[in-house]
Amino acid sequence: MLRPAILATALAAAFPVYADADLDALRAELKEMKSTYEARIQALEARLQQADAAPAPIAAQADAAPPQGTAAGNRFNPDISLILQGKYAHLDDIEHRHISGFLPAGHDHGAPRGFSLDHTELVMSASIDPYFRGYMNLALLDEEVEIEEAWFQTTALGNGLSIRGGRFLSGLGYQNAQHPHAWDFADNNLMYRVLFGEAYGNDGVQLKWVAPTDLYMELGAEAGRGANFPGTDRNRNGAGSYALFGHLGGDVGASHSWRAGVSYLHAKANERDGDVDDLNDVEAETLFSGKSKTWMADFVWKWAPNGNASERNFKFATEYFRRSERGSLLCVDNPADGGACTGSEDATHSRQSGYYAQGVYQFMPRWRTGYRYDRLNPGSVDFGANNAFLPVSEYKPTRHSLMLDYSPSEFSRLRLQYSQDKSMEDLSENQWFVQYIHSLGSHGAHSF
Amino acid sequence: MKRLLVYLALCLPVSAHAALNVFACEPEWAALAKEIGGDDVKIYSATTAFQDPHRIEARPSLIAQMRRAALVVCTGAELETGWLPVLLRDAGNAAVQPGRPGYFEATRFVPLLEKPARLDRAEGDVHAQGNPHIHTDPRNIARVGAALGARLAEIDPVHAADYRARGEAFAARWQTAIARWEIRAAPLRNQPVAVQHKSFSYLLAWLGLREVVTLEPKPGVEPSVGHLARVAAQLQTAPAKMVLRAVYQSPRPADWLSQRTGMPAVALPYTVGGSERANDLFGLFDDTLDRLLKAVP
Repeated sequence: MLRPAILATALAAAFPVYADADLDALRAELKEMKSTYEARIQALEARLQQADAAPAPIAAQADAAPPQGTAAGNRFNPDISLILQGKYAHLDDIEHRHISGFLPAGHDHGAPRGFSLDHTELVMSASIDPYFRGYMNLALLDEEVEIEEAWFQTTALGNGLSIRGGRFLSGLGYQNAQHPHAWDFADNNLMYRVLFGEAYGNDGVQLKWVAPTDLYMELGAEAGRGANFPGTDRNRNGAGSYALFGHLGGDVGASHSWRAGVSYLHAKANERDGDVDDLNDVEAETLFSGKSKTWMADFVWKWAPNGNASERNFKFATEYFRRSERGSLLCVDNPADGGACTGSEDATHSRQSGYYAQGVYQFMPRWRTGYRYDRLNPGSVDFGANNAFLPVSEYKPTRHSLMLDYSPSEFSRLRLQYSQDKSMEDLSENQWFVQYIHSLGSHGAHSF
Repeated sequence: MKRLLVYLALCLPVSAHAALNVFACEPEWAALAKEIGGDDVKIYSATTAFQDPHRIEARPSLIAQMRRAALVVCTGAELETGWLPVLLRDAGNAAVQPGRPGYFEATRFVPLLEKPARLDRAEGDVHAQGNPHIHTDPRNIARVGAALGARLAEIDPVHAADYRARGEAFAARWQTAIARWEIRAAPLRNQPVAVQHKSFSYLLAWLGLREVVTLEPKPGVEPSVGHLARVAAQLQTAPAKMVLRAVYQSPRPADWLSQRTGMPAVALPYTVGGSERANDLFGLFDDTLDRLLKAVP
């Protein structure tokens, strides 16, 4: 709508050759128009004000009026979001990537060299009915769809209780429940790589309780199939693994917040597959059967001036683990290539630990930089009779990573990362990553 | 562990106290709930005037407060979509889930402005249901107040009469104040202004101020220097009296433009707590008007 004043200015600017007299006539005319309009507007406003004067009718009106559109998440269609991720990795040509002193944990999608597509994630969630909520996260890969999560959760139990059932990422530790697109670095930390490959997911049930206190206190217990590393699938009834976790958290002033926790995972393995180079440098297959117990501690601290994270903010996260395994190890080797341990089985036990610590600083809107340090301790590993064939390393894998990322909006992110990776003995590798993460569709909310 | 137990022992009796726990997503709703609920409610405001309500972390402390809330009062219209769903999911509080009486969305009781014609993220951080910053028009506060009073009475019927009495008293005082503000604001009518983010659309519509330009190229997208230069050029032909921003927003774009064009940059409290004088809803509008009038000689 063109207001008379603007019109006047525009006209005045448009016809500078007009004589002053003509202009004055035009101005007078416009002024008249303006005053009639203003009178009309004022009359309308007076009527509006009269209508607004009595508060009671407004209330009646508000209650009777049809709801404005729909409340958040109130559509019948589930919220759908799609996450596109890919990277360029500049890596050395290393034939058999592993982390020295640690058995490979499950399926570890290491980044291939050059350009590659990471998991494309498809996420859907919605309320099922007044009692349940459903969530699904599919990881799409070539010729493969992996159900990363598919669970229901109760919403109507109250008293701080909720039960989740199906396949879900465990509430252990801090990073475990985050999908790779939420990570602050282009690749996984070494601790999670040796513990779970990517993260610990389970088919089972989770019970969680939040205490009715000012201090945040959450306790959780899980029981499930335990098919994933460090456990294995077993043809049994009952639970193959269980997990316990507790978290505390709160604020310190308006600018600081924190969360700390302790978690425990107990898993059973039956002929868990692993590849190790034996003492003759021949690739040997090992089968572990026994129990695996993991303790984890996590701590997160976030800072934002006055709690306003949109300008500058800082996040520090660290986690520590200690894992002990006890059982028997069967070594299957390839004698034709000079392998020696075929069929040798004996008791084994190990106690290993490690941690990572990372800080990410947003120094101006859209830009963040971060540093991460990884360190693992192979601890004590005893293969029993297999000590004669299998290497026991005292090497402590470490890695330094530096990253810089740029987020044009909260739905897109581009990242550059450099890592100096010393996770393999006698090897120091310089790694470069360029990564993009884009999310399409509904606005996903992220946890702390 | 021992300290924890002591802490628990101290906390539990408090949570059993009779006052109704109200979790307000923003300070304006906390202040409104205080006006209507008085001593019958215990209010926690999840955010302050110095925080961007679009971008809040789902902090553990917020989950702990959500856990004990009997009533959640939020803006809705997707303003809190980045954090409120996490709190509702993780707190295990059945009474405040969407659809229950304990969940109150203010935007449901107010006609919304600026419903996007095109729903596409290429348009920036658009809200499908319209502009959510409804509280900057005091007439909306009256509407939400009436609905909130009714909701409090529904959840806490024992004190229904008190809520009604306080609600009516507030509505009367509020209408008087609106009349006063409208008279004071008469010189502002038809004045052209620039805004940093579309935070004040309802305020401008109420006072008849004209928004001639928005500094953000798209909602929620930080203006670049290049874009600001274009805005400055645009303001040469259609000048504005002032450039408005909320205190939680970065002062840089508005200040830059102010230096470039000579028009004053005005930081409005935006919500309760945004300035020393804006310590309640009345103070919020008194201060807002003062700041606007100061910029219009």
